[in-house]
Amino acid sequence: MSAATTTNLAQVVEDAAAHLYVWALKDIPQDLRDALAAARGRETSRTGIRVLETIHRNVEIADEQRNLVCQDTGIAVYYCRVGEGFPLHPARIYAALRAGTERATIEHPLRSNTVHTLTRENTGANVGYRVPIVHWEFVPDWDGLDVKCVPKGSGSENMTFLKMLVPADGVKGIKRFVLDSIVGAGGKPCPPGIVGVGIGGSADYAMHLAKDAISRPVGTRNSDPLVAELEADLYELLNETGIGPMGLGGDVTVLAVHVEHADTHMTLNPVAVNYQCWAARRASAHIAGDGTFDYVRDS
Amino acid sequence: MAQHEVAFPVTDPAELLKLRAGDEVIVQGHVIGIRDRTQIRIFDQGQEPPMDLAGAFLLHTAPNVRKVGPGRYEKICIGTTTSARMVRFTEGLGERYGVRAICGKGGFPDEAIEPMQRLGMVYFAIVGGAAALETTQIEEIEEVAWEELMPECLWKFRVRDFGPLIVGIDAHGGSLYRDVQDRAARKLEELYARL
Repeated sequence: MSAATTTNLAQVVEDAAAHLYVWALKDIPQDLRDALAAARGRETSRTGIRVLETIHRNVEIADEQRNLVCQDTGIAVYYCRVGEGFPLHPARIYAALRAGTERATIEHPLRSNTVHTLTRENTGANVGYRVPIVHWEFVPDWDGLDVKCVPKGSGSENMTFLKMLVPADGVKGIKRFVLDSIVGAGGKPCPPGIVGVGIGGSADYAMHLAKDAISRPVGTRNSDPLVAELEADLYELLNETGIGPMGLGGDVTVLAVHVEHADTHMTLNPVAVNYQCWAARRASAHIAGDGTFDYVRDS
Repeated sequence: MAQHEVAFPVTDPAELLKLRAGDEVIVQGHVIGIRDRTQIRIFDQGQEPPMDLAGAFLLHTAPNVRKVGPGRYEKICIGTTTSARMVRFTEGLGERYGVRAICGKGGFPDEAIEPMQRLGMVYFAIVGGAAALETTQIEEIEEVAWEELMPECLWKFRVRDFGPLIVGIDAHGGSLYRDVQDRAARKLEELYARL
């Protein structure tokens, strides 16, 4: 993508959010396209093949007509990696992300999904109290900002599960809980998608890690070999359940399993599962401290 | 896996008896868009729907639209949401309003099987997330009611070659979802033993 220079960093971040939100909804990343094509190649059930062919056709039509891949414009989730030397304070970064989300929703226009949790009244333009949602990471010795936009659809988000296992449940307990969660979810989260698993930390942090896990490109592996082995084991197990594309039966139930972990208390063994649908939409911006930027679909 | 074409609203309920779980269907005619809040208003708040639902095909949707005039909307992107949240309205829709088909993604749990069989109703599975394609099959938004629930209004769409849809639950007590879950439950026992 093009690069430009500006001194108004808040405006650069707002523009990035407005661009990334719409872009993510229309143009799914290459790693996902490749994974869906591979899924089509290995599926043997007739219904499963039909579903995967329809998904492929849908992605082509979205490309040709520059339309949204899926109608669910989601809840806007951003992942920010902020360098310690980035000249804009996170409070201003948040305000800019919010403004960009709102602008994209009104200008496109996009369906607004955000409602008050109790009254269920729509709050306007995909922004509301504590929405959008931002995951923050702070990076020493760097003056840049990476923003990744992941519009998260409700069909997959509703298929989120947490269990506070005990230490004696071990890795076996973790695997069993993930298996039960994905079989129980059936066709509801639009399989085949990405299963995000967060283990360790605390209850809230395990869920936070599961959400981090779904934002990784398909094909990436956890850098810890033990965790990467768990990812591979879960991938094999889940694809033997027969749930299949859209839960209608078949060989391909998940495209990937991503696990993120944190160390935990000696008596805790939390496991969180967050599902991401086949239309695992995401788009990123890399913004330097001087305001130059690049938009990147596949990171 | 037989293939069928069905026009809605259906006038002859026997037409739906030809469909079996797993069959593929293309739909013509009219589709009524409905969602959580629409059905909460009908069944929990007791408001009569201002559209005729006899013989209707309901679609679980809340579309992206552009307003082009009073009560008039153009499609931007129309797709289908998860059905399971709305399963408890199935019996009322069939019994009270004569709805004959419900289309969504992800399926209905087993509690829908008995009322659908008794009332001659069918559940159609669409490919969830395939909204760009679905939008091309919707020719026009003909009517909208309860606009204040935007986007969860009651919508009337005219469709052409709407699909492919898979019969998820048929009017004979068959359910693809129950079959898949039963097989998975047996498989899980084998997988647990390997952990």
